[in-house]
Amino acid sequence: MADKRERDEVTGTETTGHEWDGIRELDTPLPRWWLYIFYATIVFSVVYWVLMPAWPMINGYTRGTLGFSDRVNVAADVQDLRSARTPMFDRLANASVADIAADPALQEFARAAGESVFGDYCRTCHGAGGAGAPGYPVLADDVWIWGGSMADIEHTLRVGIRTEHPDTRVSQMPAYGRDGLLTPAQIGDVTEHVISISAANSRLEANASAAARGAAIFQEQCAACHGPTGAGDRAFGAPSLLDDVWLYGGSREEIRRQIELGRGGVMPSWEARFDPGTLRALAYYVHEMGGGEPDALPPSPATSDAASPAPTQNAPANTPLR
Amino acid sequence: MWKFHKWFERHTLILLVGILVMVSIGGLVQITPLFFIESTIERVEGVRPYTPLELAGRQVYIREGCYTCHSQMIRPLRDEVERYGHYSLAAESMYDHPFQWGSKRTGPDLARVGGRYSDEWHRAHLVDPRSVVPESVMPPYAFLANAEVNTSLMPDHVRANRLLNVPYTDEQLASAATDARAQAEPMGENAYDFQERYPDAVVRDFDGDPTRVTEMDALIAYLQMLGTGVDFETFQAEAPENQR
Repeated sequence: MADKRERDEVTGTETTGHEWDGIRELDTPLPRWWLYIFYATIVFSVVYWVLMPAWPMINGYTRGTLGFSDRVNVAADVQDLRSARTPMFDRLANASVADIAADPALQEFARAAGESVFGDYCRTCHGAGGAGAPGYPVLADDVWIWGGSMADIEHTLRVGIRTEHPDTRVSQMPAYGRDGLLTPAQIGDVTEHVISISAANSRLEANASAAARGAAIFQEQCAACHGPTGAGDRAFGAPSLLDDVWLYGGSREEIRRQIELGRGGVMPSWEARFDPGTLRALAYYVHEMGGGEPDALPPSPATSDAASPAPTQNAPANTPLR
Repeated sequence: MWKFHKWFERHTLILLVGILVMVSIGGLVQITPLFFIESTIERVEGVRPYTPLELAGRQVYIREGCYTCHSQMIRPLRDEVERYGHYSLAAESMYDHPFQWGSKRTGPDLARVGGRYSDEWHRAHLVDPRSVVPESVMPPYAFLANAEVNTSLMPDHVRANRLLNVPYTDEQLASAATDARAQAEPMGENAYDFQERYPDAVVRDFDGDPTRVTEMDALIAYLQMLGTGVDFETFQAEAPENQR
């Protein structure tokens, strides 16, 4: 590498002075515009170090004179959003179905808020529009396992079903087949009886003599929860067997399988994840899907809160982002 | 100045040493302070080391490359906080070796997926994602339900984590193999001992197959605890030491 810098005749540009086997390298200067932008970025970085969090130090880092913090910013953003929504959520938290229906603005808000949360959290199991799936109840019909008034729906949302929540809704159907509580023949008889008392008998023909034998077993084993007529009891979360709506499928085999296994699903408890206004909006959205029932009493958040202290309500300052 | 440059260009060994020195400076400046800066990891309550079964599930998560489509990092942005919950804290990954933050979201973020769905749903979803989410592009992982967890490896996993300063006790290390099984067997003989050792962990038959402890058990156990550790009732998000 020689240090003779010479001028190239064709381009008029200096060479680097390097020469390899007669090939020399042009030392074309950087374009001015590029060079000045490069210098500007260096100046910018120095300014940035001063203004923004930049350098790690032994025991911390330089915080910058602007006091920028992502976490402060997001808390403020979320707070803005909350304050914009709070007036509506406050009204919603004390509104009954009738109140909401009578106030178009509130109704629209409840629907929008409910739909957004439903789409994110509920749709994966209950399906779009509450269409349901095997093991996940249809929400768009008027058949309810735990009750279909808005207060009932909201309570189910709060505590969940078979969750860790202290007040969770719980029911457990015995696995008559798996645990050997009934013989396979007896389960067959009960299956026929269940078909005979349900609306499914219009499409499945029940074996009359087996159904008669099954009726006696039904009174012994099933009537305690499902009721002597099979009408179900919401206090136990025991579905009605008289209709033709089946959580785990309505074919003869599927009904039999459920008696054998006594399956029961888990619905998460949402109390810790959502504030009361969101829960009310979600309850309204589900209530409106098709089969909402009128409230026995006007829903009052005060009573349900007394029964189960809602931690999210008590400590809003600590939990701004939940 | 140019003379030194000539050295580097002509002797590969000197060039190599020069590169090593420069890269080390970069690493020292960027990485080492993180080990000493006290504010890196927030002080929180509730984060515990993974149970052996969850650790096995984490191995499945890594092995199957879940991180290539799912992140575990809720960024401090309004839309993410609205959708997924509180932004992720460094403290939530402090026992992660390696962490699974990811950088690609073909599927949703999983940082707070714990408790969001039932075990049954996870089972159905892992066996056939489109059975519960029709528009999903996730591949099926039905084979996990047929692969038993190799519990004999668990003491080694726990030991490796202990080397990286995860505070497992001697007792937890000694019983890692049985604990991996015990967490999925609520009626098993070791369920009670397991709960003594991991009071905050849940004992359930995650995969609905009480006869075996499968990788499905392990993965669901892991997914169901994601993001559930930090006690946000006691975490002071507004406190100056937690701002960054």
